[in-house]
Amino acid sequence: MRRTLQAIPLLLAISVILYAILYNMPGGPLAPYLQNPHITAADIARLKHNLGMDQPVPIQYLKWLGHILVGDLGYSTSNSEPVFQALIERLPATLELMGASLFISIGLGVGAGMISAVYRYSVTDYVITTLAFFGQSMPVFWFALMMQLAFAVHGIPLPGGYLIQLPSAGIANSDTFDFGDRLVHLILPATVLSLLGLATFSRFMRSSLLEVLGTDYMRTAAAKGLSFRTILFKHGLKNALIPVVTIIALSLPGLIGGAIITETIFAWPGMGRLFITALNQSDLALLMGYLVLIAFLVVFSNLLADVAYAWLDPRVKYD
Amino acid sequence: MAAPSVPVGTAFADEEARFSKVTFWTRLRRHKLAVAGLVVLALMVIAAALAKQLSPFDPNAIDNVHWQGTPLPPCFQDASICGGHALGTDDVGRDLLSRLLFGARISLAVGLSAVIMEVLIGTILGAIAGYYGGWIDYALMRVTDVFLSIPLLPLLLVLTAIVAASSTRAALSFGVIVIIIGALSWPTVARLVRASFLSLREREFAEAARAVGNNDGRIIFRHLLPNAVAPIVVQATLDVANVIIVESTLSFLGLGIQPPTASWGNMLSDAQSNLEIAWWAAVFPGLCILVTVLAINYIGDGLRDALDPNMR
Repeated sequence: MRRTLQAIPLLLAISVILYAILYNMPGGPLAPYLQNPHITAADIARLKHNLGMDQPVPIQYLKWLGHILVGDLGYSTSNSEPVFQALIERLPATLELMGASLFISIGLGVGAGMISAVYRYSVTDYVITTLAFFGQSMPVFWFALMMQLAFAVHGIPLPGGYLIQLPSAGIANSDTFDFGDRLVHLILPATVLSLLGLATFSRFMRSSLLEVLGTDYMRTAAAKGLSFRTILFKHGLKNALIPVVTIIALSLPGLIGGAIITETIFAWPGMGRLFITALNQSDLALLMGYLVLIAFLVVFSNLLADVAYAWLDPRVKYD
Repeated sequence: MAAPSVPVGTAFADEEARFSKVTFWTRLRRHKLAVAGLVVLALMVIAAALAKQLSPFDPNAIDNVHWQGTPLPPCFQDASICGGHALGTDDVGRDLLSRLLFGARISLAVGLSAVIMEVLIGTILGAIAGYYGGWIDYALMRVTDVFLSIPLLPLLLVLTAIVAASSTRAALSFGVIVIIIGALSWPTVARLVRASFLSLREREFAEAARAVGNNDGRIIFRHLLPNAVAPIVVQATLDVANVIIVESTLSFLGLGIQPPTASWGNMLSDAQSNLEIAWWAAVFPGLCILVTVLAINYIGDGLRDALDPNMR
C-alpha cells in the first residue's frame, strides 16, 4: 500500500520534468503561423490567448495535468486526431509485438539459463553463455538489418530446394484478419526484439539457479532422497525464478526503446513508429502523450514487480 | 587543529592496495575472454588513433573515377571493379574502410567522454547522498527514481530533436551528443556509489578520519571514495559499451552524429536503403559495433571477477 502511494509523487515528478523538456521544444502549435506573412503579431497574440499560452508556466502545467488526469492528452497535429486516440489505436500492434517478444525471451531465456546452470562448465553452458554475451552486445537495429538481409532479401535455402523467405515490413498483407499471415509477419520483428531480453534473462536465470542449487535446503531435499528432477523443479526453480521476476519488470524500459527501433525498421504500425513520425514532425502533444503513457507503464510495472516479489518471497517485507 | 599530514589508516590502506593489485592482475589474466577483449579493444583504439594514417582514402571523398552511381563491391568479392576499395564503397562512392576507421574515433570518443561525465556526476551526487543521508539522500534518490522510470531512448530522442529543431541538425555535434547522453545516464552510478557510502561511512576508518578532524570533503574523496572504486569501475566499463550502442542508435535514427562525419550508426542508416545491392555497407559497420561492444563487455565481466568475486 505504501509503495502504491509512493508511485504518485514519482509520477508527478516525472510529469514536471517531461513538461519542462517539451515546453522548451521549438515548433509547437503556433509554428505554422509564425512564417505566414498574412498573420500579424496581433493574430499571434490572440491565438496564444485562445490556447492559454499567455498564462504563467505553472498554471499551464497544472491545466495540462488536469487534462491528463481525465485521459485528455491533447490533439495531435500530425495525425489530426486526439493523442489518446492515436496512441490507443496503435497500442494493440505494440502489445502484440512486445508480448510475443517477452513470451520468446522469457520462455527461451529461463530455459537456457536453467540448462546452463544445471550443466555448469559443460560445452552447452559455454555455448549458451557466449551466445548470451553476443545477444547483450548486439545493436538491435543492426540485428534487424541483418535479419532482413538474410530472411527477406536473400532468403535462407533449405535442403530440397526450399527457400525460407519472410516478410520484412508491416503487420499483415491485408485488412482482413488472417492468423497465418499475421504470424509470418510477426516472426522477424519479434525475434529481433526478443534478443536482448533473451540474453539478459538467461544470464540472470543461470546465476540465480546456481545460487539456489548451493543452498542448504537443496542439500536437505537431496538428502531426503528426492530425485534430482523433483528437487530442481519443485524446490530449485520456484526459488530461482523470484529474482528473475524483478529483472523482467526492470527490462521494460529497454523493451520499449527496442520496440521503437524494431517498429521503425520493420514498418510495424505501433506506438514506437508513431513516436518517430511525431518526432520528425515536431508533434509536441503526441510526443508528450507517448512519454507520459510509457512512464506510467514503467512505474506501474515496477510496482507490480514489487508486489509480486513480496508475494513470492514472504521473507521480503516492505514497511 | 591542523589535519595530520599522514591520514590515519593510509599505511594500512596502501598495504591492502598493493596486495589486491597483484591478485587483481592474476585474476584478470585468468579470465581469458577479458584478455582477448583487452587485445581487441587496444587494436580498435590504435586503429582509431591512427585513422588518418591508416585510411587508404579520404573518408568523405567520393571516388569519381570508379563510382558509377551504385556502391562499389569489396575487392575480395570482385577485384576487377572494386577500384581499390578493400571493403567497397557506400551508396555515394565513399571508401568504406576509411569511414569505418574514422567512425571508430567517434564511437570510442563518445563512449569514453559520456561515461566520464556520467561517472563524475553520479559519483559526486551518490557520495553526497550516501554520506549525508537524511533528506538530501531521500531527495536525490527520488530524482534517480524519476530518471530510471523514463525509458532512456525516447527521452534521448526527444532531447536531441529539441537541439536539432532549435537551430539546425548540424548543431548535434559531438559535444552535444556526449552531454545529453552523460546527463541522462548518471543515476545508475549514483545509486551504486550511494550504496557503498552508506556502509563505508559506518566503518571504523571513517570514524577515525572524522575523529582526527578531517572535513567532510576530505573524508568523502580521500578516505571513502577509494574504497568504493571497484563497483564504479565495473559499471563504467559496461556503460562505455552501452553508450556506444546508444550513440550508434541515435545516429542510425538521424538524431546523432550528423553526416558527412562518419559514425558507425549513420553509415548503417545510409546502408539501409541499399540492402539488396550492397550487403557490405550494412554488414561491416555493424560488425565493428558488435566486436567493440562485445570486447568491452568481456573486459567488464573480467573486471568484475577480478575486483570482487562476490559482486554480481
